[in-house]
Amino acid sequence: MSPDSNRTFFLDGQEIPFREGQSVFDAAMSAGVFIPHLCHNPDYEPHSSCRLCTVIVNGRPFASCTQPAVAGQMVQSDTAELRAMRRTLTQMLFVEGNHYCPSCEKSGSCKLQATAYHLGLQDNHYPQFFPRRELDASHADIILDRDRCILCGLCVRISRDVDRKNVFAMTGRGIHTVIVVDSASGLLKDSRVTVEDEAVQHCPVGAILIKGKAFEVPIGERVYDKEPIAAASVRRFQAREALTHG
Amino acid sequence: MSHNLESAANPEALRRVVIEPVTRVEGHGKVTILLDEQNRVHQVRLHIVEFRGFEKFIQGRPYWEVPVLVQRLCGICPVSHHLAAAKAVDMLVGARTLTPPAEKLRRLLHFGQMLQSHALHFFHLASPDLLFGFDSEVERRNIIGVIASHPELALQGVKLRKYGQEVIRHITGKRVHGTAALPGGMNKALKVAEVDELRGGIAQVVAWSQAAVKLSRDFFTSSEYSAAFGTFPSNHLGLIGAGGDLELYDGGLRALDAGGATIFDHVDYTHYNRYIREEVKSWSYMKFPFIIGKGAEEGWYRVGPLARLNICDRVSTPLAEAERQAFRAAAGGGLQQATLAYHWARMIEMLHAAEAIERLLEDPDLLGTDLVTRGARALEGVGVVEAPRGTLFHHYKINENDVVEKANLIVSTTNNNQAMNEAVRQVAARYLDGRKLTEGLLNHIEVAIRAYDPCLSCATHALGRMPLEVSLLAADGEPLDLLVRSAEGELSRPTL
Repeated sequence: MSPDSNRTFFLDGQEIPFREGQSVFDAAMSAGVFIPHLCHNPDYEPHSSCRLCTVIVNGRPFASCTQPAVAGQMVQSDTAELRAMRRTLTQMLFVEGNHYCPSCEKSGSCKLQATAYHLGLQDNHYPQFFPRRELDASHADIILDRDRCILCGLCVRISRDVDRKNVFAMTGRGIHTVIVVDSASGLLKDSRVTVEDEAVQHCPVGAILIKGKAFEVPIGERVYDKEPIAAASVRRFQAREALTHG
Repeated sequence: MSHNLESAANPEALRRVVIEPVTRVEGHGKVTILLDEQNRVHQVRLHIVEFRGFEKFIQGRPYWEVPVLVQRLCGICPVSHHLAAAKAVDMLVGARTLTPPAEKLRRLLHFGQMLQSHALHFFHLASPDLLFGFDSEVERRNIIGVIASHPELALQGVKLRKYGQEVIRHITGKRVHGTAALPGGMNKALKVAEVDELRGGIAQVVAWSQAAVKLSRDFFTSSEYSAAFGTFPSNHLGLIGAGGDLELYDGGLRALDAGGATIFDHVDYTHYNRYIREEVKSWSYMKFPFIIGKGAEEGWYRVGPLARLNICDRVSTPLAEAERQAFRAAAGGGLQQATLAYHWARMIEMLHAAEAIERLLEDPDLLGTDLVTRGARALEGVGVVEAPRGTLFHHYKINENDVVEKANLIVSTTNNNQAMNEAVRQVAARYLDGRKLTEGLLNHIEVAIRAYDPCLSCATHALGRMPLEVSLLAADGEPLDLLVRSAEGELSRPTL
């Protein structure tokens, strides 16, 4: 189904067509306009928890991944204020966890790192929390490194909604929130998780990883070595759209 | 030997002269000299004042991260740490013998590293002393001065380093801190175009390296001063090839005493801790390794270019082998013990690296795709390479979940700790004792340290093992309390 020519809204002054039921985010990406995001993976239901994709719709802030597109609405995304807010949110994610890109095997293919580059982060600005979080390497094939978790909840949602296993959940409140595993011991090795689960395939950062793959992809061939996150995300989104909507 | 200058009997009564920071070395260190009223030298120490602690924070990380993590120890020789750790990790996955393409790629990478690091040291850090004199005017005695007075030489230094960095970039994806080694192999082969590009520049690199050897040889042999400056007998240690060849990537350990007699030979480096132990001293963050069989007092040794050319029987590349023979002949049949001979030895190694790169670039295995091998898992791994600055030990123990539980690093510069202290004491006793101190005289101390090309930031990891004394003094200086922590971490409160 192609977008109805009567259904358009304005994003930073650009007229964006959309289909009935499409979100602002989806319509923008379909039109080739990147909106930074971390908790949302377009292959799964949106969650609007990271707030990085916040846009201003008719003067009010909304998460674009869950905000339905409406004809004629005026949306702002690429403004100095929103860029500053996204930088701040990303800096806060960096200081809340323990993100050491230089030795992280996800480096070069990490959405958090790539988003930081996209937003022009020069430093973390805020003091590091240096939280003590547990590494779960008990499983033969999968590793859960809570240091790198940004609590996007994608693994929780996919394990619940797609894998139908509920392996992952969040516990604690505020800065004490962590990912926990559904098993008597609390360890991955005693859970129902397997390396085939979709929940372990799509972590946007280096928190859930398949063992034995580290640094296999040489520098220069990693996801965001080839193209920055904006171009890569738009290209993948449009390819997916072409498959599902012709 | 100058052990008597390590600790003065009455330090509180002496004048303290401090060289801080020691310049034109990697990392931060200082030298303290205690003098009496007649400027007689009573105590000289090289202190390492920065602290890194990698041994500690590797703990708790999965083993496959380690080769990439530990290379952040250093921006000059990250490849050495990457490869030493990779060799240890190879053992964890049962792959001590790699496929030919993987092994050759690692060797090429290591030669590139050796070339760029040696060029950096000789041309950028050491050449101002050698070209202008140890006590020449300080404003000129630096790389800017070299560029002004010897522009062609300075440019050769830059281009030699650049070539080594390009070798590294093609293999690891970056000039500094790339990724290459995987547990049991490498993550990519070279492409034909990359090999061709490197082939295009190697003849010039070999020629410039030959010229650099001549420069360093002429410097050393042109005056008797060089042979006497910071010269002292010591043991020498390093890796050695099966046939006694100079070996930088993989071999057995050989140690010779000051007279050239064998202490041990072709020792499997995974058993290094049966032969080497580390001592901790209260005044430095850097440990003091020694050969167990000779004890802490007599067992310290030298590593690096001087030691490697002293212990090897031959060099596998012809131009460097001819230079090695001249180098050994200059020592009169014994081992070369002069601190300043490090520069000459270093340039011979740079020439060897250039020749070895030239040879490897003709090897079709560099394009091979059989890059990873695996065998029986193990919970402990040791990796040893000859880094530019000397023998580098990485030792890891992991648990059943693949997580590092224990790490021990004996970094090249750490191996030379006692030797550098001996060198500065010898130089202080000979050139400073009883004289009015000038900047030029103090630079003699730095020249002695610089010859070892120390990387002080690589070398300090003994978290929790530093013996400490905390004294509580009354306002009049009367001691009230004393708390002592031993090198083993035990606390005690001696009776005052």
